[in-house]
Amino acid sequence: MSNWEILWSARDQFWSGFLSTMEIFGLSVSAAFVIGCGMLYLLEGSRPRLTVPLRVFIDGMRMLPFLILAYLLYYGLPAFDIRLDAWWSGVGALAVYHGCYFAEIFRGARLTFPPGQVEAAKAHGFTKGKMFFRLILPQIVMQTRPLLGNQLIYALKDTAFLVIITVRELTAAANSLSGTYFIPTEAFIVVIGFYWAVSVVMEIIIKQCGRFSAKRGFDHV
Amino acid sequence: MNASAWQMLLEGAWTTVWISGVSIALGVTAGLILALIRIARIPVVDQILVLYISLARATPLVTLALFIFLSAPTFGLNLDRNVAGILALTLNTTAFNAEIWRSAFRNFSREQREAAMAAGMTPWVTFRRIMLPQMMITSLPGLINEMSFLIKGSPAIAVIGIVDLTRVTNRISAVTYEPLPPILVACALYMAAIGCLVWLQRLAEHRANRLAT
Repeated sequence: MSNWEILWSARDQFWSGFLSTMEIFGLSVSAAFVIGCGMLYLLEGSRPRLTVPLRVFIDGMRMLPFLILAYLLYYGLPAFDIRLDAWWSGVGALAVYHGCYFAEIFRGARLTFPPGQVEAAKAHGFTKGKMFFRLILPQIVMQTRPLLGNQLIYALKDTAFLVIITVRELTAAANSLSGTYFIPTEAFIVVIGFYWAVSVVMEIIIKQCGRFSAKRGFDHV
Repeated sequence: MNASAWQMLLEGAWTTVWISGVSIALGVTAGLILALIRIARIPVVDQILVLYISLARATPLVTLALFIFLSAPTFGLNLDRNVAGILALTLNTTAFNAEIWRSAFRNFSREQREAAMAAGMTPWVTFRRIMLPQMMITSLPGLINEMSFLIKGSPAIAVIGIVDLTRVTNRISAVTYEPLPPILVACALYMAAIGCLVWLQRLAEHRANRLAT
């Protein structure tokens, strides 16, 4: 039996690893997006006392490697009697870490947001929340989509770090297969192919979003 | 945490620093060479490089490090852990650096190149005397940004058994049963290293802007 045939017979392991990676990725990126939007809303200035600590927190996160945050949640939190299993601490770390990056991307776009629109919305009697959800957020998300796409690819790559804190995902599947059958080269080529395919698909989706946003007139502001 | 724990932490920090430093030096140079090859547009080589850059940008560092370290023996190569780690980091960062260098090259002012040609400079002399010094300044902010990404990705090499600044916290807590203090110290050390790079990046941006105006 050739090495590739062995891999084909073990396709279930790859597939479950891939699904597990996508599950972690999808859940944590959605949470990160919500966290990023929430931070942007808090930075709007409705609570001035929160602004400075929040910016320090975002900048601090951006100076840390992702793995050390995962370590902090997985090995560090039990000191406060909070025990998360590897899966949840991985997802939590990914969500918080990339949430901060999303917030920073949004903040950069918010700085160049035309103030005339905000004034017009205020003059029309929009409340703060309504103005944020109807005017500011959609435009900022659409404007920053190339950066968001990049960040999504970084998030996908960061899921592989979770193999170090013993989460069962795609890289872990390749690692255990190469240990069992001793065919590391082929196993990892398949896994790299999986990661590559996902990021190519994400790039295509981001491009399609560009078409949508041109149609809705988001790009000419 | 006692003195030996501190010493282990500093040793871990040193491992992270030297491995990252070597990979940065190799990656910046290799990126420049790849960018020049891509600008020359050699038919088959160009497509291979596009594929390499696309693959290297999508591959997680952990997977790449494991791949290199585990599959090297099947090709009859016996790689040292450190060499495999440096190779993984370099392969990853080279792809990003090549794009940074290439965009600096493409944005280079046409007037200066034409003036150099009119003054009778050969392409190589134009590149070395006119283009490279200015490209270095304009691409420095991007390169430093990529360096801080490399340091943030460097814990990936722990997966092949290198005891770097992240991994060493496990070793310490295996003795002291208190994982939190070493992790917090490691956080502070990473923040110091990356904070330095961010500060350098601001300085470089300032210089690049002065050149642009």
